[in-house]
Amino acid sequence: MSIETISPLFGRLSLDWIPYQEPILVGTFAAVAIGGFAVLVLMTYYGLWGSFWRDWVTSVDHKKIGIMYMVLGFIMMVRGFADALMMRAQQALAAGGAEGYLPQHHFDQVFTAHGVIMIFFVAMAFVTGIMNFVMPTQIGARDVAFPFLNNFSFWMTVAGALLVNISLFVGEFARVGWLAFPPLSGASFSTGPGMDYYLWSLQIAGVGTTLSGINLIATIIKMRAPGMKMMDMPVFTWTALATNVLIVAAFPVLTATLALLTLDRYFGMHFFTNDFGGNPMMYINLIWIWGHPEVYILIIPIFGVISEVVATFSGKPLFGYKTMVWATACIMVLSFIVWLHHFFTMGSGANVNTFFGITTMIIAVPTGVKIFNWLFTLYKGRVRLELPMYWTIGFLVTFTIGGMTGVLLAVPPVDFQLHNTLFLVAHFHNVIIGGVVFGVYAAVTYWWPKAFGFKLNDT
Amino acid sequence: MTPLDSTQLAPVMVVNDHDHGADHDSPTQIGFWIYLMSDCIIFGALFATYAVLGGRYAGGPGPLDLFEPEFVAVETALLLFSSVTFGLAMLQAVKGNLNRTLVWLAVTGVLGAGFIGMELYEFRHLIHIGAGPDRSAFLSAFFALVGTHGLHVTGGIIWLVTLMVQIKMHGLIDANMRRLATLSMFWHFLDLIWIGVFSFVYLVRLV
Repeated sequence: MSIETISPLFGRLSLDWIPYQEPILVGTFAAVAIGGFAVLVLMTYYGLWGSFWRDWVTSVDHKKIGIMYMVLGFIMMVRGFADALMMRAQQALAAGGAEGYLPQHHFDQVFTAHGVIMIFFVAMAFVTGIMNFVMPTQIGARDVAFPFLNNFSFWMTVAGALLVNISLFVGEFARVGWLAFPPLSGASFSTGPGMDYYLWSLQIAGVGTTLSGINLIATIIKMRAPGMKMMDMPVFTWTALATNVLIVAAFPVLTATLALLTLDRYFGMHFFTNDFGGNPMMYINLIWIWGHPEVYILIIPIFGVISEVVATFSGKPLFGYKTMVWATACIMVLSFIVWLHHFFTMGSGANVNTFFGITTMIIAVPTGVKIFNWLFTLYKGRVRLELPMYWTIGFLVTFTIGGMTGVLLAVPPVDFQLHNTLFLVAHFHNVIIGGVVFGVYAAVTYWWPKAFGFKLNDT
Repeated sequence: MTPLDSTQLAPVMVVNDHDHGADHDSPTQIGFWIYLMSDCIIFGALFATYAVLGGRYAGGPGPLDLFEPEFVAVETALLLFSSVTFGLAMLQAVKGNLNRTLVWLAVTGVLGAGFIGMELYEFRHLIHIGAGPDRSAFLSAFFALVGTHGLHVTGGIIWLVTLMVQIKMHGLIDANMRRLATLSMFWHFLDLIWIGVFSFVYLVRLV
């Protein structure tokens, strides 16, 4: 236990933690520093600082904030994708007794950073950005309910992203996997500053997300155009409402859980330790009570995007508007009673596993309703195969495959065979890339003309 | 609304009517209410943690060794009465009575500060006798739950003082009435949470 060595100002971070000895990190730092310097020089040369500060950084315009979220998402996607390439390269090189090119602790950090970045700073940034940009225009509001708070939420998310990136060069990042299960993430086994970077980064970004969720719910409830009843709202707005209800209901649990782990690490408390009565399973339950709704926070707005795109490019109104709304609501509620399927193998017993297996399978029903609604919208429509439609068709196929592997994994005995395998990794990459990322690309190409005034070339 | 003497309070009535109309359109109330619900979930997670870890004394002291019912009863009474006095402050504010509003707000703040003082005294005492938050999972969960509530009340007192200064400077204008209403929601919410803490942490373990 190194509780005594924590500095009140820098925590576990000291100069010794700067990774001079690792050529990969020093090289990356040099490249980032040169690139960053070039950006600064160019911005100064073209005199963009004033406009950058006034028109973007301090802007409370929901469309600009939405666009900034998208930019953040794309920048962080570069980082997350680089992490993915590094992991795959290491796995390819480290076969057959070879050690590969990454030291173990570096691989573990890359592994953790990939998950954290892709969920919190890519997917979350994308869906929040789309909701920010599109939803107020769909309900005829001039801006969100609390425009300044919206700007503040965005910069909290950026602060979290910055912390993750700073940790690359100043200190280290967590070596614990994206959800940081204790006791590995506790003070006894994660003695470096990396885990603290993780906690602060996600805590700040998470609170920003909660505030954004509150803001968007208040917008939808209070700021609809006169006469627009709930059942008159576009489907994307409905999905935005469901998503933000999930955010407000789930993210506080993340905040509390991370705070408790922080107390464990900074003040030697015993929530999730192995000794003095602590219970690591408490963390695993709490984090997944947030974590499962989180994946629906990512996909539900995409369901809304797909609904808009399918209807537009089929030249027909959406098939089954009301069933779409009710399916969204069902998924929203069900997403809170399935969390235990993330740890069927952790000894909850057959009865508990059965309950959560069944609730998980039930989610396939409203999701199936949505898939069929989209197919029936296409049916006999005058389909125009433009770019957003390509992504949508890719979504329909890939997401359905990902969803079916999910139903397989929902069967506890099957999960016992498949947990910790690439089948699981493939499942959630199918739903997140084939679902969220394809949907985001559909949204970007679909709403691009609204944001920038011209249409992207299809070819 | 209570019947008011319209001749004496006519200007205030106009302001209040306007405020009432603005309230209907302003998203502040609903937004703050949603925030409170999110806060409620934070407390929910802490209560759940206490429910799971509350019996794990790790060979250390338990509730019967540590908690004194009389002390907690006085502490609770202070907070509950502060909610009553906040209500009185709101009534005076609605009547447009600036000075009495400030007096009742001050009484509320003093009661709240008394509550926090007693809580800090209890925490200091516990740490002093070796029952600090790092002693056992039970004490970690206890300090986290009660301490989070205490931090909220402290934040509420800071907000209260700030708002009193603003009311003193600008009077009971629309914006201040709105702030007063949101702080009132916050204060009563914390009262409600404390009733949960009192029953679930102190009362249940002592009987």
